[in-house]
Amino acid sequence: MKCQECNKPATFHITELVSGQAQELHFCEDHAREYLTHGEEEQVSAPSLAGALAHQLAVGQTAEELARLDQKACPVCGITFYEFRSQGRFGCPHDYECFIEELKPLLMSIHGEGEHVGKCPAHSASDSVRQTDLIRLRREMKEAVSDEDYELASKLRDDIRKIEGGSDSL
Amino acid sequence: MDLNELTKRSGEWLRGSGPESDIVISSRIRLARNLADFPFISKATEMDRAEIEKVLRDRVAEIQEEGNLTYLDVNELGGLDRQFLVERQLISREHAESEGARGVAIDPGERVSLMINEEDHLRIQVMHSGFDLENAWNRIDEIDDRIEEKITFAFSGTLGYLTACPTNVGTGMRVSVMLHLPALVITRQIEKVFRSLQKISLAVRGLYGEGSQAMGDFYQISNQITLGRSEVDLIKQVGDVVPVLIDYERRARDFLMQESQESLHDRVSRAFGILSTAQTISSEETMHLLSSVRMGVNLGLIPDVEMPIVNELFIRTQPAHLQKISGSELDTADRNIERARFLRRHLNHEDGGPQDN
Repeated sequence: MKCQECNKPATFHITELVSGQAQELHFCEDHAREYLTHGEEEQVSAPSLAGALAHQLAVGQTAEELARLDQKACPVCGITFYEFRSQGRFGCPHDYECFIEELKPLLMSIHGEGEHVGKCPAHSASDSVRQTDLIRLRREMKEAVSDEDYELASKLRDDIRKIEGGSDSL
Repeated sequence: MDLNELTKRSGEWLRGSGPESDIVISSRIRLARNLADFPFISKATEMDRAEIEKVLRDRVAEIQEEGNLTYLDVNELGGLDRQFLVERQLISREHAESEGARGVAIDPGERVSLMINEEDHLRIQVMHSGFDLENAWNRIDEIDDRIEEKITFAFSGTLGYLTACPTNVGTGMRVSVMLHLPALVITRQIEKVFRSLQKISLAVRGLYGEGSQAMGDFYQISNQITLGRSEVDLIKQVGDVVPVLIDYERRARDFLMQESQESLHDRVSRAFGILSTAQTISSEETMHLLSSVRMGVNLGLIPDVEMPIVNELFIRTQPAHLQKISGSELDTADRNIERARFLRRHLNHEDGGPQDN
């Protein structure tokens, strides 16, 4: 794919999310840099996630490093880093742990801060292993069904029920 | 309460009865929450979505007092009805236009709206008339607490409430205030205002339009940052700026009244004249003229009409509202005629038939 401003290959694919609509932009490294720095002055609206991401990745990532990073997937929901940066959304709560290294600079660039200050729920998923297990098991069950491995699907469903039934402490 | 009843009424927040409501239309707070043991929406299967909807819908039903919340299955609603809810600001455009199991719970005063399966599993929204952030916060904080008594939200000690998009993580809170700034637009100071707000990390968005081309001179100020500051701080960040903007706008209005009252009076009177006699009118022109009329009413230059009516007209002349009120689907040309008819009826104190209002 070519850069939309020139004929060089596009290595930066930016999805701008404006009021819920996704707009895809494709740039070479130079035009991406230009778009991001120039854009900040002209835009009245908030810096977008995609802009912050592209900006952060533009700093010191080679094409191979980026390709490798893109393959990284969350063991719980299966989302890859590539999917995340294309759509600007995560797949499950565990992604915040799985991609934490890439996330830290991104959060700094969006919020200027990296740690939560403020309200906490009265009770939280203190047993986060249970929570992520549930998400992962449901996904595996869906895959078993689509593979027509109903024995496995059935077993997984029982596992899910056991975990769900186990903590009635709420 | 069903959808058709809503057409006959206006939300509380439109009444224009809150503090500073000559300039501040509404104060809105939104919280984003997700269930801890389901994937986020982008990786949720149809079955997941149905389960998430059921869990949250049941919980919302449990927390309400005297059964006052109405639940609407957005997936089942027709396009016109969904558009209607967007115009009322009860659901987002994304919620209306996406697919899959999703719904919304609304209170009769249209101050509270709980969207299920929008970008996050749960989006709680509270909207109050005028400049009223503190009360809006107290209300939404309590709703959040009550839902959470029996629900486990996705939350991390370091990163706060976990949301589908990292731009919302932390407090998951968006605080916005909607302001009517016609004098700042006329005196060409609005760009300057935008730039100064950007410097303090506040987002400015034109409602019903894009960027500086806001139709109707309505602007929404909101926080950009959701992580690293407490909810109270973020509310303060937005809340501190509002009185400054109100002051700028009032001064600009005073300036216009002193320096060119005839010209201002003429502008608002002509706007009122067109709106009360036109036979066909577009929504862009309506927005533009209603904005002048609204300012005229605030400044006492138009005695014939009251603020609540003007506020209502902004909403009820929009496409889906017009079609629901008239009872049929209309193309643009017919809508423009219907809109003009509606305006004439309400600005000339003519009582319509029993199906109106």
